[in-house]
Amino acid sequence: MLYIPCPHCGLRNETEFHYGAEAGVAYPDPNALADSEWAKYLHIRANPKGWLAERWVHFAGCGRWFNLWRNTVTHEIGPAYLPFTEQPKAPGNIGQEGPKA
Amino acid sequence: MTNTNDTLAPGTIGRRRAAALPEQPPQLWKSVKPKKAYDIVIVGGGGHGLATAYYLAKNHGLTNIAVVEKGWLAGGNTARNTTIIRSNYLWDESAAIYEHSLKLWETLEEDLGYEMFFSQRGVLTLAHSVSDVRLKRRNLYANALNGIDSEWLTPEEVKKLVPIINISEDVRYPVHGATYQPRGGIAKHDWVAWGYAKAASDLGVDIIQGTEVTGFDIRNNKVHGVHTSQGTIAAGKVGLVAAGHSSLLANLAGFSIPIQSRPLQALVSPLLEQVLNTVVMSGAVHVYVSQAHKGELVMGAGTDAFNSYAQRGGFHVIEHQLAAALELFPIFSRAQVLRTWGGIVDIAPDASPIIGVTPVENLFINAGWGTGGFKATPGSGWVMAHTIAHGTPHELNKPFALDRFLTGHLIDEHGAAGVAH
Amino acid sequence: MSEISFIFDDNICKGQQGEPMAAALLRSGLLSITNSTYHSRPRGVIGLGVEEPNALVQLVSGTQESMRPATIIEVAEGLNARSLTGIGALPELPDEARYDKTNRYVDTLVIGAGVAGLKAADKAIQAGYQVLLIDDQPGPGGHLRHLGTGLPVALRDVLTNNKLTYVPRCTAVGLYDQNYIVAVERRSDHLGGAAPAGRARIRVWHIRTDRVVLAPGAFQRPLIFANNDRPGIMLSHAAATYVAIHGVQIFKRAVVVTVDNQGHRDALRLHQAGVPVQAIYDVRPAAGGASVDAAKAAGIPIRFRTTILDTVSNEEGTLQSVIIQDLDTNEIVETTADLLAVSGGWTPIADLATHIGIKPKWSEEHAAFLVHHGTDQLQTAGMLAGDFGGDDDPAVFFGPALDDEQARHAYIDLQRDATLHELRRAVGAGLHSIEHIKRYTTIGTSHDQGKTSGMLTIGALCQLNINSQGGNSGLSPADVGTLSFRPPYVPVPFAALAGRERGPLSDPIRITPVHQWHVEAGAIFEDVGQWKRPWYFPKQGESMEDAVRRECMAAREGVAVMDASTLGKIDIQGPDAAVFLDRIYTNMFSTLPEGQCRYGLMCKADGIAFDDGVTTRLGKNHFLMTTTTGGAAGVLAWLEEWLQTEWPDLKVYCTSVTEHISTIALVGPNSRQLLQELVKDIDLSKTAFPFMHSRMATIDDIRVRIARISFSGELAFEINVAWGHARYIWERLWTLGRPYDLTAYGTETMHVLRAEKGYIIIGQDTDGTQTPYDLNMSWVVSKKKEFIGKRSFRLPYLQATARPQLVGLLPENGEEVIPEGAYITELNAHPDEHGKTSHTGFVTSSYYSPTLGRAFALALVADGLNRMGEEVAVPIGKKVLHATICDSVFIDKENIRRD
Ligand SMILES: Cc1cc2nc3c(=O)[nH]c(=O)nc-3n(C[C@H](O)[C@H](O)[C@H](O)COP(=O)(O)OP(=O)(O)OC[C@H]3O[C@@H](n4cnc5c(N)ncnc54)[C@H](O)[C@@H]3O)c2cc1C
Ligand SMILES: [Zn+2]
Repeated sequence: MLYIPCPHCGLRNETEFHYGAEAGVAYPDPNALADSEWAKYLHIRANPKGWLAERWVHFAGCGRWFNLWRNTVTHEIGPAYLPFTEQPKAPGNIGQEGPKA
Repeated sequence: MTNTNDTLAPGTIGRRRAAALPEQPPQLWKSVKPKKAYDIVIVGGGGHGLATAYYLAKNHGLTNIAVVEKGWLAGGNTARNTTIIRSNYLWDESAAIYEHSLKLWETLEEDLGYEMFFSQRGVLTLAHSVSDVRLKRRNLYANALNGIDSEWLTPEEVKKLVPIINISEDVRYPVHGATYQPRGGIAKHDWVAWGYAKAASDLGVDIIQGTEVTGFDIRNNKVHGVHTSQGTIAAGKVGLVAAGHSSLLANLAGFSIPIQSRPLQALVSPLLEQVLNTVVMSGAVHVYVSQAHKGELVMGAGTDAFNSYAQRGGFHVIEHQLAAALELFPIFSRAQVLRTWGGIVDIAPDASPIIGVTPVENLFINAGWGTGGFKATPGSGWVMAHTIAHGTPHELNKPFALDRFLTGHLIDEHGAAGVAH
Repeated sequence: MSEISFIFDDNICKGQQGEPMAAALLRSGLLSITNSTYHSRPRGVIGLGVEEPNALVQLVSGTQESMRPATIIEVAEGLNARSLTGIGALPELPDEARYDKTNRYVDTLVIGAGVAGLKAADKAIQAGYQVLLIDDQPGPGGHLRHLGTGLPVALRDVLTNNKLTYVPRCTAVGLYDQNYIVAVERRSDHLGGAAPAGRARIRVWHIRTDRVVLAPGAFQRPLIFANNDRPGIMLSHAAATYVAIHGVQIFKRAVVVTVDNQGHRDALRLHQAGVPVQAIYDVRPAAGGASVDAAKAAGIPIRFRTTILDTVSNEEGTLQSVIIQDLDTNEIVETTADLLAVSGGWTPIADLATHIGIKPKWSEEHAAFLVHHGTDQLQTAGMLAGDFGGDDDPAVFFGPALDDEQARHAYIDLQRDATLHELRRAVGAGLHSIEHIKRYTTIGTSHDQGKTSGMLTIGALCQLNINSQGGNSGLSPADVGTLSFRPPYVPVPFAALAGRERGPLSDPIRITPVHQWHVEAGAIFEDVGQWKRPWYFPKQGESMEDAVRRECMAAREGVAVMDASTLGKIDIQGPDAAVFLDRIYTNMFSTLPEGQCRYGLMCKADGIAFDDGVTTRLGKNHFLMTTTTGGAAGVLAWLEEWLQTEWPDLKVYCTSVTEHISTIALVGPNSRQLLQELVKDIDLSKTAFPFMHSRMATIDDIRVRIARISFSGELAFEINVAWGHARYIWERLWTLGRPYDLTAYGTETMHVLRAEKGYIIIGQDTDGTQTPYDLNMSWVVSKKKEFIGKRSFRLPYLQATARPQLVGLLPENGEEVIPEGAYITELNAHPDEHGKTSHTGFVTSSYYSPTLGRAFALALVADGLNRMGEEVAVPIGKKVLHATICDSVFIDKENIRRD
């Protein structure tokens, strides 16, 4: 039962939230993309071992979406931030993330 | 090999004395230090990795192989799963690969010369609403065309098979019926892995534990070896069979795969006199239960909502699951939760595995088995071995290629709800 | 304390109210309590608490819990229990007990009310915090309870401080992320029949706290030696406590074997309580300290550099003599003894700490794994943190060298009958990881979860010089591994964890405002998500088939009414509402005139249809969207996600109004006439109120919104009214409808009517793989605008030609309804050599149509739209039905009836 800081409501139990995977994946201009790029938008989300900036929605509370740094190994919770605001620095090393090539 | 411990007819309740487990063989596998080079390196020493190595050796005569495992052998999901085995999947592609696997299970103990408590005690999948019945019946008809044994049972027939189940109309989501696959069942997870490990080791495969793959030697888009915590190991071909960590390894090799890693939990009770001789699954209310050979109830719970590599999940998931279990099995009231644990399951967008070639030459992947890959262990190893040996997929894993996400040809096995064991 | 009687294995026993059952049994002379699970060897009590591996009982009285150690059961009048051989039984009687849960937030949680816990609580109180103190024992004091000494005055005051809540019999079973602790309080079993009625038997505590202090104490360890399982062999601290505190007077000759000073202290207690101690055999070369001096002063012989090698039993299988080995000379002596008290050192209780991944560290000085943790959030105290209090000076010793024969009877896990021999076999088989060894031998998997055997396993591996790499590494447990445990710390009954989420409370039941009417009308309900929806309304003696036919005919030929209140409804407002809907729906909504309705379909980004419904434009910037019953929450979440995370520039506000607005559908050729009787302020005629228009109206002073929407193809009106007025409107219709033979219908009839008209149901005629094109609904896909999912239609597989497409099917035999879900094959399909038959699609919806006078179906058939008129086969078991592919609209293709 994670304890999640909703930027609007404060700390609440995880069961009040829904998960939204990696944060910051903007909806692209669909027509500007090749099939492979579009498929990537549809299906690929970061899945690092370590700190991950991810989306949550406080569905059983204020109903608002926000972003949160969370460590996928220790379950430590980092800062939360609102969509379209500057992303705070990761609280620690971010894990392997994204293609290296 | 028949299962000597299943002396009770299905559905009978009775006292049973504990039977000691059969003795393990005096020699399992040899732990070795890595050589400098191999023809093939398999990354991940879980059931699938070990089965891959075994079938490479046995079916394809390739034995200069290393299985490289970062922890203790088969300590990942293999050691943590609830061992439900069945093949009655909806889509033809899935049915084909899982049925191939089930057929292999049926002779596996003889093939490996190793007892695994493979027990075809039957798997019931319950339906709890009118629409649930419709979905399950479709599944049944699909199975019939695929030559897979599957029957429809009315609530009364379910009760006959599993006398402790509550089929009363008064519960929140009454049992409307069930599909039943008589050939489904369970096996003892550790022994399955050890059986493969022993057989592979006997055929000359090197089993290397405590060695983590940390990168790849890729030149001109072709893999030449793996970097590990014990140094670099050269390899002609590399197979990634690292459930839980597939996307990390893919990233290290320079490509992305559509996988999210989630915690999935399970639990056991202390030993109990036999009350349940059939595997019962209910996706709608999240109950997955069997009573293992020694007598403990083994139950699967749901996945946690978020990505995690911690191998543990939230307790609320367990509490929720037990509430549902008691609705179905009031007799479980005094059973106890003895131990809970979690594994890391790799989940693809369509809840189907990814097996085949990758953008890197000579690098192959086997991932995304999610919450239900234990049953596929033999079949997965079989087709993965073929794919590595020939450099092209086996007929059975062609549909599960990574590029299905580019074409949109997904194989959606989400089913009615949640976890698919 | 008062004397009570209880029953054990059908014998009446006496005991002191509240004392441990193990104490009462021992006092009565019962050394052998049960036989072991696999080897059938007699076994007795060895411990004091939850670490007990032998003395498991099944309760026969009260709730009949399947398995509990007799060491932690408090006896009460009427208690009845039977011994177990490690296998519990599940009684079939219903469990009548209550179980509840509580959620708490506290500043500081202290786990363990021993001296260390009480001190920590005191400190936290002084710092100004509210403190919750929980302990699994019936009273505070921890270790002191076993010594019979009361609490120091200062600590007694802590307990009465009003900033402290102390909960006895409350065991922390799991430590989770962000200081979330699950604890289990046993509230009534100890009271036996005197428990107040209605008191929850077990309460599960969910505790969130800023600071947690772990002060759980430690378990004493046994040693590994041959025949170390005989009744009469006990942990020394347990033996001394049963004798000195609980008046167990059955032992005549004791021998103490020890690795630390605790053995000396326990020897002295035994001696002082009147049990002659033959000698203390101490593995150490020498020892000092007050405990040793006191034992010596009491005249107890102490033999250093000696230890226990083996034991001998009498005919009953209980201890008769012990075989002691001199570690320097290897000389062996046999001494008679009926009590062997063993002190193998302490194992601090690291369970909770390891639940969140903390790794205990080996301390050679303490001969124990410790957890030193001192963050703001989590601290350890007492023995877990290495504060052993006494003058212990333990040796790191787990047992003498044993030969193969001795190893066969040297038990590591008593409950699993797992021996040193098996451990050696595991190592011999090539296993080095402690995890493999546990799995090979089953050590640590029983009811006590390795509370004593875990450390012995590590110890035994040290002696075998095995570390996880398989190399030789010397003897330190630090090289072998560490202790790790999984929740729960002690077994917890399923019932307790299920709590009150049982029966009707297991999941909320959602009902419409007209629900009670349906019940009284004899409706049969179906579960649709959490909703209870009338499925059909059988009249006396009617089958489902009869009822549905009657209901269908009423809708097609007269007038029928349905409660559609469960439809998801979302109120959408704002200057950009129309733009927003254009992006969400595949079809255009910005062009929809005010006061009109339009069917809309939405896709996920992958191009797959996921919900549909009719949306009404109530004003320039105001829409009322309807969704499927099951999809409502998902659709609202979907809309919010796009608004908040992608299009914050759009000024749009979405509100769920599903349970604010009730919907009543009045359907059939006579619906207009009937409704006009009720609605006086607007003209319902075809010209004044066209199809897909929506109007405000009044019924008996109640404002309603009426829409000409039809999900059946018939003339129909949907009356939207405030939830609280729906029942009234329904009843008014019902009364006025009597002359029209107004008929109530349920979801089954709704399904038949809509299928006759070829209208899809998302989730029935789709399975999460259909684009709108597959559903033969290209008319709903706008070419003029962008919308979510559009890009995916261009993916190769989504525009492949032979995709399954929605068509109609007419079975050759019009009386035979094809089962839904059935697969469709070509006419002469046969199984191939693998027993597989290829198919070309499946039946999504299938009914008998009273209007058509025949069975019909909808199906998804590969390339179906190009195969009109072709015949296909539908194998059902051994039977093969034939059917013809046709258009999916079966009645009124010209849309005449709806007006
Ligand atoms: C609680 C639970 C219940 C389940 N129940 C069922 C069920 O009832 N039926 C069913 O069919 N399936 C079930 N599953 C799913 C099943 O366990 C998995 O799909 C399957 O075990 C995955 O394949 P595997 O055996 O190879 O994985 P694993 O056993 O996880 O093997 C992967 C191995 O790769 C290793 N590895 C990872 N990264 C590296 C690296 N960098 N270098 C070296 N090695 C590495 C890991 O340590 C691990 O040992 C369940 C899973 C869980 C967690
Ligand atoms: Zn909030």
